[in-house]
Amino acid sequence: MAAVSDEPKASFRLSMLIYDTRYRSFTIQFVVLCLVMAGAGWLIDNLLRNLSALGRGVDFGFLTSRSGYDISQTLVEYTNDSTHARAWLIGLLNTLLVAFLGCVAATILGIFAGVLRLSKNWLVARIMTVYVEVFRNVPLLLWILMIYAIFTDVLPAPNAFRGENPEATMSLFGTAAFTNRYTAVPWVSFTNSAGWLDLGVVWISLDLTLIVGAIVGGFLTNRFLIKRAATIQEATGKRPATWWQSILALFGPIIVVFLALGADFEVPELKGFNFVGGLQVSNSLVALWLALTLYTASYIAEIVRAGINAINKGQSEAAFALGLRPGRTMNLVILPQALRVIIPPLISQYLNLTKNSSLAIAVGYLDVRGTLGGITLNQTGRGLEAMLLLMLTYLAISLTISAGMNIYNRSVKLKER
Amino acid sequence: MKKSVLFGALAATTMLAGAAAAQGTTTLDTVKARGELNCGVNTGLVGFAAPDANGNWQGFDVALCKAVAAAVLGDASKVVYVPTTSADRFETLTSGKIDLLVRNSTWTFSRDNDLKMDFVGVNYYDGQGFMVRKDLGVSSAKELNGATICIQTGTTTELNLADYFKANNMTYTAVTIETNAEGEQQYIAGACDAYTTDASGLAATRAAFADPENHIILPEIISKEPLGPAVRHGDNQWGDIVRWTLNALIAAEEYGITSANIDELAASSQNPEVKRLLGSSDDLGAMMGLDKEWAKRAIKASGNYGEIFEATIGSATPIGLARGLNAQWTQGGLLYTPPFR
Repeated sequence: MAAVSDEPKASFRLSMLIYDTRYRSFTIQFVVLCLVMAGAGWLIDNLLRNLSALGRGVDFGFLTSRSGYDISQTLVEYTNDSTHARAWLIGLLNTLLVAFLGCVAATILGIFAGVLRLSKNWLVARIMTVYVEVFRNVPLLLWILMIYAIFTDVLPAPNAFRGENPEATMSLFGTAAFTNRYTAVPWVSFTNSAGWLDLGVVWISLDLTLIVGAIVGGFLTNRFLIKRAATIQEATGKRPATWWQSILALFGPIIVVFLALGADFEVPELKGFNFVGGLQVSNSLVALWLALTLYTASYIAEIVRAGINAINKGQSEAAFALGLRPGRTMNLVILPQALRVIIPPLISQYLNLTKNSSLAIAVGYLDVRGTLGGITLNQTGRGLEAMLLLMLTYLAISLTISAGMNIYNRSVKLKER
Repeated sequence: MKKSVLFGALAATTMLAGAAAAQGTTTLDTVKARGELNCGVNTGLVGFAAPDANGNWQGFDVALCKAVAAAVLGDASKVVYVPTTSADRFETLTSGKIDLLVRNSTWTFSRDNDLKMDFVGVNYYDGQGFMVRKDLGVSSAKELNGATICIQTGTTTELNLADYFKANNMTYTAVTIETNAEGEQQYIAGACDAYTTDASGLAATRAAFADPENHIILPEIISKEPLGPAVRHGDNQWGDIVRWTLNALIAAEEYGITSANIDELAASSQNPEVKRLLGSSDDLGAMMGLDKEWAKRAIKASGNYGEIFEATIGSATPIGLARGLNAQWTQGGLLYTPPFR
């Protein structure tokens, strides 16, 4: 019976690439790939040739030369003696800052608005509908400009805080000033600061590292305490009291760090033209952040609403039948299931928000589009190079966000066993 | 955003391909064949280049566009004005979208060499200054330590500002803005203490305020800003045409040729310099591919340099700029044109 299972001798001939259905699709795909690559290559080659014909070859050397311009908001050390590459980094950090703040705020606001839009309370549901429709249907740029214009025109200039009978007074018990340039708030300063750690490209604040370390350490200790209490409860049936240990673990280290660094509250003061001391949050950042948040949250609200609506009504009825209150039903039964539907489109919204943050130039917030793609581009005239780097930057940010969110998505998605 | 950049890159590719293909023909031929001059100007700076109430472009820079069009095409109205921002003006020129850029652009080494453009002359000698509100009580730029300053991005002023404050050991906060109109709005609202740009631009901006008397321009001029027309690098003939059109306007003032007496002088002047310039004797135009009366038409378009200055930005206009450095060399200024012979 061997003759039946005997395969024909696998003698591969070139013609099989076309006539054999097993190989044909590979052949076609390969040819198309080659054509696409050749097409792209031709375009790039054409561009490079013509650029060099105009005497403007591609050259990234400008990145290491002195930038010569100042940036008003710098998260890490930067002066006008720094290089263009460093200005790029500063812009990147500013982009990441506003994108991070925007994503967090938009998620919180979006979930609230989405849930409330389904509320049985007629007024609440309608208010949320109006919010979503108004923000979703007006271009983001207009929102950014409008919020910025409101800040600029309505809030007083720092000058108005001057004199015996000033036109404007400081808010929050005389510690914070809302001006049409920035919001100046009190901020901690350290009398015996731990200084900076020089890592070549980035300087890391040791103060910040210590504070973050204390917070993370506190959380980890607290988690360990709770786990241990659970183990004891399993074994003995008695749960030891952990509340005072938790409080100690959570707040103890941070208080110690603050005391050791000599923390002191610094209240902003009007000196010369502007407020000095404390923390100044520029209006361009706040306007951009607010607009990005409100705009993206309206989309997230719709995604959340769709996610909740996608859950079978039987789920909430079952939860009610078990005696769960509406709030707990939402938190324990509906939302965890809705997350599976919500997360994939939510990732797109995060990506959109990050890319939309490039509208920062409209309010003079120097993000990566403003530094590398704005001032550096203008001062060096290296448009193609700067745009290429800019595209790569946004691509890298987006892919990173995507990858991170996909990992989270995998952890909440329906696990079929 | 990413998409538009990609398409932009593709468009740039095809555009550059077009520019390269057109290299065989000269800009002069292209302009003549098109019958119109594409002139890059400011998006709107009163006095230099701004559309008037009827939508016609007027101003000091616009007058040079008209003069070139008159010299080359014989008709000063055959100009397409392309508004350019400070950020995109040079790309617009090098990509071939415009034939000539007259947009208060500072002539610098790197722009001339690295960006592959040719500045062919200076039509306005400027310098960067500061404007502040009078009630601020500031009388010198040296008192601006700690101030918030509005500045247009993508300009040489950005670098000058950083250098000036560094040299004087002062600090400032920059509010970056995209256009002059935006800067005006921020400055008026008090979002910045001072507005900085070229002194001529400050004067023009102040002229448009509701209360110009409450604002002063500080005496310090912190940089040299020779503003001039620019053309693409590599087409010397076209560069010469623009350079000598500008020179003709300056020379006309020196020789006393005005739009009023030009016909009379062309017919009857005995001054050999005037006769050569107006094409009554020698044919200078042929040397750069134009006809005999190119300069006559250029001067007729909006008058000589002095007439243009007085009509658009001079002391009788709301902008009220004095001639200063921009007077003839015989009057103690810097305007000095090589001889027409």
